[in-house]
Amino acid sequence: MGLTARPTDSLARTDTASGSGESWVATRLDFLVNWGRAGSLWPMPFGTACCAIEFMATAASRFDLARFGMERMSFSPRQADVLICAGRVPFKLAPVLRRIWQQMPQPKWCISMGACASSGGMFDNYAVVQGIDTIIPVDVYVPGCPPRPEGLLYGILMLQDKVKRERMSDTALRNEMDPDPKSGLYIPPAAIDELSEPFGNSVHQTRSGL
Amino acid sequence: MAARRTALRARFQGGVTRVEVIWGETTVYVDRTRLFDIVQWLHDDPSQRYDYLSDVTAVEYRDPEQPIEVVWHLRSLPYRRFLRVKVELPRDGKTPLEVPSVWSVYKGADWLERECYDMFGIRFVGHPDLRRILMWEQYHEGFPLRKDFPLRGRFSRAEQLRQALAANPEARYSMEELTVAQAFEDLPEAMRARLKSGERTGE
Repeated sequence: MGLTARPTDSLARTDTASGSGESWVATRLDFLVNWGRAGSLWPMPFGTACCAIEFMATAASRFDLARFGMERMSFSPRQADVLICAGRVPFKLAPVLRRIWQQMPQPKWCISMGACASSGGMFDNYAVVQGIDTIIPVDVYVPGCPPRPEGLLYGILMLQDKVKRERMSDTALRNEMDPDPKSGLYIPPAAIDELSEPFGNSVHQTRSGL
Repeated sequence: MAARRTALRARFQGGVTRVEVIWGETTVYVDRTRLFDIVQWLHDDPSQRYDYLSDVTAVEYRDPEQPIEVVWHLRSLPYRRFLRVKVELPRDGKTPLEVPSVWSVYKGADWLERECYDMFGIRFVGHPDLRRILMWEQYHEGFPLRKDFPLRGRFSRAEQLRQALAANPEARYSMEELTVAQAFEDLPEAMRARLKSGERTGE
């Protein structure tokens, strides 16, 4: 899938990062903070469709999300760390999703679960947002229609890995994006139109023979 | 069955244009101007008692010669009967897409007619609060279920997103809550005017 293998010694690597000029204290503190954050990610479930059913299965006893420190579903965005958007998002829901994201305190991450949340999926029509990354920044995309709980767990593990790699000296991993003040979008409008072009977008509707 | 059709025809001579029976289901095509009287009679008359309106919707055919049909599905719970009432609106450019609202007979018609208006643009004259129900109020790309509406909408994806994000999500409470909501200023002009005049929806 184009992903590099997860380095098994990612935690052990922290104290060898001194080559980049970081002090021993800073790396230790990074390790401690990241360990704490990665092990207690509180998800805010934003379930709108069948992906939410798989999400519930992930949280239930068989797959047991609690193993990763996520047993506490935060139904208030103000106490949440991860927004898990499971399901399609219609345009009418776009400002709601944006508002919920803005209500979450820093640090915050987002998992886009399933084909619809990631790209609009099969709902290439007038009512559905073509990928929630046009509304809010996304850290991990989980493919599938819907993804099995194992898929979501893999995405969560990837997110934990991302959290564990953050460094105080290097903020590249957590580059907080601000929406473009003019259009209010995270992706330039031309890029959004271009991304939806291969399937025939709302301007060129004949591509898919419709 | 036949006797009831005869009774309906005898009572509203010119109002019933034709009657079709397909697979045991009766469809009555009625005149637009007489629709309300017919529905009222079907609801009130002791021999009819169609007390449940299960759906209001519309049909547009691909053939532009075919008229747009507005459909009412009536059900009589006491008699266990079903009746489909249709009004044909010719697409000649002269006939307005208007039918009378049956809200005063069936309160359940409220949202059904709003949905029909939202999707097809058919105006229900006499409806107390005819505004969009599925799409948001500021949506002005058209009526999505019409045949001339492109599947992916009329605007570019970025423009659709920009317009959707411009809406204030707090401005979506019921009319009663809205008067005290801080989002009052973000409401559409028409809605603000109705609220200021003290109008309320629901019973």
